[in-house]
Amino acid sequence: MNFFLTIVLDGLIQASWLFIVALGLTLVFGVLKILNIAHGSFYALGAYIAASAVTMVAARGLPPGVGFVAMLVSVALIASAVGLLLERGLLKMFYGRDEVVLLLVTYAVFLIFEDVTKLIWGVNPIYATQPYELFGNLEFAGLYYVGYDLVLIPISALIGFAIWFGLNRTVVGKIVLAVIHNEEMSVSMGVRVNRVYAIAFAFGVLLAALAGALTAPKISMQPGLSSDVIILSFAIVVIGGLGSVEGAAVGAILVGLARAASVHLMPQAELFVIYLIMAAVLMFRPEGLFKRETARRI
Amino acid sequence: MDRSWRDNRAVAAASVAAISFTLAAPASAQEIFKLGVVTFLSGPAADSFGVPARNGAQFVIDQLNKGAAPSPYEKVGFGGMKVEPVIIDENGGATKQVQELRNLYQRDNVDVVLGYIGSGDCLAVAPIAEELKKMLVLMDCGTPRIFEESKYNYVFRTAAHATMDNVGLIRYMKAKNIKMESLSAINQDYAWGQDSRADFVAAAQQLYPNVKVQTDLLPKFGAGQYGTEISALVGAGSDVVYSSLWGGDLQAFILQSAPRGLPKRSQLVFSAADHVLPPLGDKMPDGTIIGARGSYGLMSQKSPLNDWLFKGYEAANGVYPVQAAYRMTQAILGLKAAVEKAMSKNGGKKPSTDELVAAMTGLEWPSPGGLIQMKLADGHQAIQPIAISRTKYNPDLKRVDLVDIQYFAAECVNPPPGVKSLDWIKGGMQGAKCN
Repeated sequence: MNFFLTIVLDGLIQASWLFIVALGLTLVFGVLKILNIAHGSFYALGAYIAASAVTMVAARGLPPGVGFVAMLVSVALIASAVGLLLERGLLKMFYGRDEVVLLLVTYAVFLIFEDVTKLIWGVNPIYATQPYELFGNLEFAGLYYVGYDLVLIPISALIGFAIWFGLNRTVVGKIVLAVIHNEEMSVSMGVRVNRVYAIAFAFGVLLAALAGALTAPKISMQPGLSSDVIILSFAIVVIGGLGSVEGAAVGAILVGLARAASVHLMPQAELFVIYLIMAAVLMFRPEGLFKRETARRI
Repeated sequence: MDRSWRDNRAVAAASVAAISFTLAAPASAQEIFKLGVVTFLSGPAADSFGVPARNGAQFVIDQLNKGAAPSPYEKVGFGGMKVEPVIIDENGGATKQVQELRNLYQRDNVDVVLGYIGSGDCLAVAPIAEELKKMLVLMDCGTPRIFEESKYNYVFRTAAHATMDNVGLIRYMKAKNIKMESLSAINQDYAWGQDSRADFVAAAQQLYPNVKVQTDLLPKFGAGQYGTEISALVGAGSDVVYSSLWGGDLQAFILQSAPRGLPKRSQLVFSAADHVLPPLGDKMPDGTIIGARGSYGLMSQKSPLNDWLFKGYEAANGVYPVQAAYRMTQAILGLKAAVEKAMSKNGGKKPSTDELVAAMTGLEWPSPGGLIQMKLADGHQAIQPIAISRTKYNPDLKRVDLVDIQYFAAECVNPPPGVKSLDWIKGGMQGAKCN
């Protein structure tokens, strides 16, 4: 029983931060129909900004709790601004072009951000662990877990619920959903689609950066951080269905649990199982587990 | 061991000095020796290995060009020729490195290429140097497979491979009566990680015949997050947890595993961890058994050569040298010894590639980390002594000290010529000279 609980807990811890990244990716795709290759770069950006904020706070002798708040606030402000600037300054020039063109534009952004992070933070590993000790340790299923890892689970659930609530229970959310389902009709109903695009993209960037900030205290930040994350995030949104919030949640949990089970039971298949699930979903439900069927327009 | 090692070193020092003095005439003062230097300047390996190696190269080349290195390397540059380095980034993968190597030889016209840290890069570039008939000095890369699976004439490796690290660790554990009835391992899923794991497990099974391998993890390179792996390792509760992780991966693993009690439950054994001691400081658990891939850094033995490197490097870079700086230094000093040996035989002219290859084959030379002997792979693969120790944080100096240091002679921890490493270990490490 303990063994089973360990797998579930390990899987949920991993799913928690992956879900936040995938949520941003799926939101951007749902609204803008852009497969954002640069999404992992925003995750890395968040992690680096968080590390800088934590280091600055620690250098002033302030407690880790202040560092935790500072990293979230700084990431929220900078990531939102970066998202808005990118959407207004670059992406909007390519709207209406082929989807492949937009994909290539985001790939270019990914490459630019790789070098920008190296220019700003250098190539050496950076770590800022102070917030990782914030919530102590907890014994569960015979093992010690770091409280910070466990806190990530309710935080990601809260973020997921807030996004779901915002989309389904608020006027702004319903406008965004209208754009997701039928952009043309939304325009004819007076929705300012460009504004929705900008907000959705900035929010997607914010979510990726937030996930980076939340994982920053427990990892070593170094170049290459972004590419690993984007691959896993794509797997999650493909499993769950591109553009679906529920799909991102289920996809993240499936990927987290599958990987945890594999590490405990068959470590050699650790990566294979993730892509096995993805392949199986694509085979039997190519649109993903939660993507709604759309009527063909004539 | 110490005495024979010192004797060997003295012989090598004397022979290198003799070669220097018997040079008929120095090469033209205008002549330069163009040296391609390849090391990680970016990417995950840059901080731990690449940049220290680059800093080591810059320090040594600068000292050699000024004629400021201690005996037997006091002659300016390589046999009077100033050394001009062309430094290239190793980051970018094996395919890129193959092209960069061709560029160095064919476009930059370097005389020799020296460097490479990644095992995958070494395996990829060695056949290219052979095809081009150009001399290549591999200064690091752990995998034993380079000369065990292929035969090269123009390729040399001036440092011992990973077998030494793992046999040394097991011999140390046995000497210190470390209990190991069960063993778990976590290594990166590429050549270095897999080869290290194979050597360590095989050596463990020789000196601890009843050892049971429990959890055996191979996460991908650069995984960064090890929460699930740590659960599996803590859950297994093995007497020993072994790892060849390095750089940012090793730092992340230590940072994540310490608060979860792994160091309290199992004896941690790391094959190449010296380079993470300065950045981790008090986060490094006390009592961890570590290797440094040689007798390097805080485990190095006092000698004029070692003092020169340790103090000079520390003064230039603000941090003491770790394994990569030592390995780069011993490669450059070995090449200098080979160049000057070749020049002593050709009347003091700049040697051709074939003359250099002949001089380097089977060469021995003193280095800050001890005597380097090109004894394996028909004189193309080095063996060297190694030191193993335990960590202990020093709050007064605010740094991790290394205690319980034990030194092992090269012939004790490296296979003899003509035997594959894994076969040697599995055969009971016959012929090892440990006294």
